[in-house]
Amino acid sequence: MNINADIAKTYIFSNKKLTAVAALGVLLGMSVYIFMNSMMVGFDRSANESIFRSTPHIRVYKEDVISQVLVQEHPENYLIINPKIVPKNNRIINPNLIIETISKEKEVTVVTPQVNTSVFYNNGKSQIAGLAIGILPNQANQMYNISSFMVEGLFDQLKSNMNGIIIGSGVAKKMNVTIGDNINLTSSKGVNRNFKIIGIFKSNNSKVDNVNSYINLSTSQQLLKEGNNYITDINVNIKDPEQAEEIAKKLAAMTGYNAEGWKQTNETLMAAFRMRRIVINFVSLTILLVAGFGIYNILNMTVTQKINDIAILKAIGFKGKDVIRIFVTQAVSIGFMGVIGGVIMATIIIKMLQHVYIGGDIGYFPIRYELAKYLQGVGIGMFITFWAGYIPARKAASVDPVSIFRK
Amino acid sequence: MENIILKTEGVNKFFYDPIEFQVLKNISFEVQRGEFLTMIGKSGSGKSTLLYILSTMDTEYTGKLYIDNQLTTGLSIDKLAELRNEKIGFVFQFHYLLNEFTCLKNVMIPALKLGKIAPKEIEERAYEKLKILGLADQALKPSNKLSGGQQQRVAIARALINDPLLIMGDEPSGNLDSKNTNIVFDILQDLSKNYGQTIIAVTHDEDFAKKSDRTIEMHDGEIKSA
Repeated sequence: MNINADIAKTYIFSNKKLTAVAALGVLLGMSVYIFMNSMMVGFDRSANESIFRSTPHIRVYKEDVISQVLVQEHPENYLIINPKIVPKNNRIINPNLIIETISKEKEVTVVTPQVNTSVFYNNGKSQIAGLAIGILPNQANQMYNISSFMVEGLFDQLKSNMNGIIIGSGVAKKMNVTIGDNINLTSSKGVNRNFKIIGIFKSNNSKVDNVNSYINLSTSQQLLKEGNNYITDINVNIKDPEQAEEIAKKLAAMTGYNAEGWKQTNETLMAAFRMRRIVINFVSLTILLVAGFGIYNILNMTVTQKINDIAILKAIGFKGKDVIRIFVTQAVSIGFMGVIGGVIMATIIIKMLQHVYIGGDIGYFPIRYELAKYLQGVGIGMFITFWAGYIPARKAASVDPVSIFRK
Repeated sequence: MENIILKTEGVNKFFYDPIEFQVLKNISFEVQRGEFLTMIGKSGSGKSTLLYILSTMDTEYTGKLYIDNQLTTGLSIDKLAELRNEKIGFVFQFHYLLNEFTCLKNVMIPALKLGKIAPKEIEERAYEKLKILGLADQALKPSNKLSGGQQQRVAIARALINDPLLIMGDEPSGNLDSKNTNIVFDILQDLSKNYGQTIIAVTHDEDFAKKSDRTIEMHDGEIKSA
């Protein structure tokens, strides 16, 4: 072993208590950092999963248009009093062509048309407002994985039964209906139609469960008194949801319609996520930094205690950089012990939390071993440790041996 | 000419704190190979200051210093550290061993730093040096478990490990009782006579100085007699 490392080792083991305290500080900081960040990733993932049960990655639709002056020349000379949204104008023209074009994009995984209809659910005298979502069952299931949160009935039956409907568990409860029962829907266009309940879903998002139901696309078009070319939304799923915003821009330019990424759709939620991320990053980094101060303190103390040793080492031919190496080695070794301990500790914490049942929408605590966060934690931990050692080491290196010997 | 191991030419040194004060005035002298030289003088006469300049640890002076016919004045701090490691052994007033290490390790450190021979060989040589100084049985004890006299002998062994050109001592017996002072002196004299070791030592002990080959007496920053 190199003599500098040898001396560093002797210093580490000659004061085991101090070393242990410093390493313990790093261990705690490290484990909290990894644990908190893994937890955050888990939260984000579970929240996203919940969002993607009812929201596509990208939604292509036609924005409502306010009526405008028709005169081309000098439109500023004309004025429309009390302008209104142009009626019946949010249909997508030639949807099949657009669907085909979008499907050719290589990032795109699923493209499916959708027609949403505001409806009333009627059962006898009870009536509640809701939203019937007209879908192509196969594609929609690929997108939202509806069959995974069905609590009763089979999703596949929707394909063969044009009058079938799958309702949210909240709707079922309020209307007091179950599988096999009939339910009457009144659309905004005044069309009345009976449906047979073939399934009930529960997404654990009460806003969805109390309002939504799934019906076949063509049935939905009929409720709106439209033909089979009437499409209001084209939903798109892509390989990496994080790229939704960029791809949405591309699709908008390609099709000429509005395209909105899921983050934009859920802007409030995203803002809350961002805030959570900032807080967790800040707190976990601070804890790591405090652990760094622990090492800094102990190194500083060692340097003060060993000032005679440093003087003698310099007298017998150790250079400034040798002295720096000795103390940085000491700091980094302590840091390394702490980091290893922290990684083990974090793994234990995560392991334990995975078995904690939270209930509700989440189920078991949504945390996994996030390799990226482990690496990030180890990297930052070692970085802080290095500087916590380097600063006192530089002080040690600048010791003038003569001034020590003359005291 | 090749027998001159150390030479100074017109060395001057000033202290500026608290007031400007010239500690050393135009010091020029030579040290021959194998010479046992002592420097005496009252405190404040500049003898320790001179020794630290000779040791290359103090670089703030004017004039020229040659060690082994090489001009060391103006060399970088790292170069000087290498030079000390290889060519100079130190013995200080307050023994200055590294307390956490065994005596053997203390002796080995300068050689391990130099890294010219294998650690195994260094260990054998360190044992040898300790044997010469009568400390072979203490080799594996922690250095702070030894008596003052023993520690000083370990320090001498450490000074010898790299077979240095010269050994410098700052009051090497200053902190010891008369019995241990004699032991240390006998060792230094033995090294000088039988091994041809060049030694420069600062002392305030007249008896110690009288027994050396040559004594330089310092007075108010000047060499009074050589």
